[in-house]
Amino acid sequence: MSFLRKVGAVAWKDLRAEWRTREMFSAMFVFALLIVIIFNFALELRVENARALVPGILWVAFTFSGMLGLSRSFILEKDRGSLEGLLLCPVDRSAIYLGKMLSNMALMGIVEAFVLPITFVLFNLSFRAVPMLVVVVALGTLGFAGVGTLFSAMAVNTRAREVMLPLLLFPVAVPLLIAAVKLTAGVLDGLAMSEVSRWWQLLVGFDVIFLTLSLMTFDYVIEE
Amino acid sequence: MIQVHGLVKSFGLKKVLRGIDLDVGEGEYLTLVGPNGAGKTTFVRILATLSRATSGQVRIGGMSVDEHPTDVRRRIGLVSHRTLLYDDLTAVENLQFYGRMYDVANLEARIEEVLKQVALYFRRHEPVRSYSRGMQQRLSIARAILHDPQVMLMDEPYTGLDQQATAMLREVLHTLAASGRSVIMTTHDLELGLEVADRVAILANGRLDYQSPARELDIQRFCQIYAEQVAE
Repeated sequence: MSFLRKVGAVAWKDLRAEWRTREMFSAMFVFALLIVIIFNFALELRVENARALVPGILWVAFTFSGMLGLSRSFILEKDRGSLEGLLLCPVDRSAIYLGKMLSNMALMGIVEAFVLPITFVLFNLSFRAVPMLVVVVALGTLGFAGVGTLFSAMAVNTRAREVMLPLLLFPVAVPLLIAAVKLTAGVLDGLAMSEVSRWWQLLVGFDVIFLTLSLMTFDYVIEE
Repeated sequence: MIQVHGLVKSFGLKKVLRGIDLDVGEGEYLTLVGPNGAGKTTFVRILATLSRATSGQVRIGGMSVDEHPTDVRRRIGLVSHRTLLYDDLTAVENLQFYGRMYDVANLEARIEEVLKQVALYFRRHEPVRSYSRGMQQRLSIARAILHDPQVMLMDEPYTGLDQQATAMLREVLHTLAASGRSVIMTTHDLELGLEVADRVAILANGRLDYQSPARELDIQRFCQIYAEQVAE
């Protein structure tokens, strides 16, 4: 119980600070929106071929805007000197990791909640697919934020830290992104669960494996 | 309360601390002075479990900082020239966060108590970024004493403070010392270091070659000894 309270305290602190400034949310939302709009105009899609491209466009918007939030997650702590305060706390490092991951995930989730309906309107897609799509997006965001939080902590002590994060994260996140894009396409095409079951397995498997690995290794990553 | 034996810290080939031995008793106030680059901050960071020693032993309250870092963290409070605070949160929100992380009992009452102690109670709901440097440093002390630590580590706590803020901080630190906590403070200010401490030590070139009870020294003598130690 105490462990969960500490996880909650870390996430609450990050979200509270973000709520005050809305610095990251604004940047992430505008960036994601721009990606969707630029693709919309650049590709001039018709409804029938929109379904084939929207999954890719959505996940480019989600992951690239998510990268902005992830890259600042530990950098802000480091630059303001509060990372040391966090590391001084008598808590298991995994509580810090989970708290940070939850706040990153929440921030990505809020941006996605705004971008998803806008994308559907821009590309003239039916909203019937939305409930299932929410599950795919939640699982994809969990995996991406999970690995991203670990790599963000890893990159914070390097010199080219803002460049380092995408270089570390995207190659590792490739299986997750492929599964998320395939599942999004499947949901938009109205395919049965059985037809895309291997992509569900890959997505859930990625989340379980990488969250476990991240929890196990965070302690070593965050140490000096 | 604090025992340090044969402490060595290297960054690559550069040895920053070259075998430090030090004992600080319960309720003792030790001031560590030394020039820039002497290794004061590195020494404090190792005591605070923020950095690992290359070799040697450090025990706080009988526990090794390497083997029981979490238990050691419960016993220490750190004040450095960086406030370790969140600018976008208010004083109360900062203390609520740290209070939850340290499992502080009766948190709201304790927050009120420490804020009154550092004279920030009336501005408790303002974001930290609106505070002056002196106020931020006082809040940093409130953060450090919130969980009632047995050991206070202070790394250049006066950096960047004006005269008024320095006087106020000095008062707060006097109160802390009187409350029976063991304190290690690093500073460049020899006069201040001598005034507040029970014992003074000089760290130069990674070595702690001089220690003396503060009452046996006056400021002229201390300056002379300091100059000799640093020149060696």
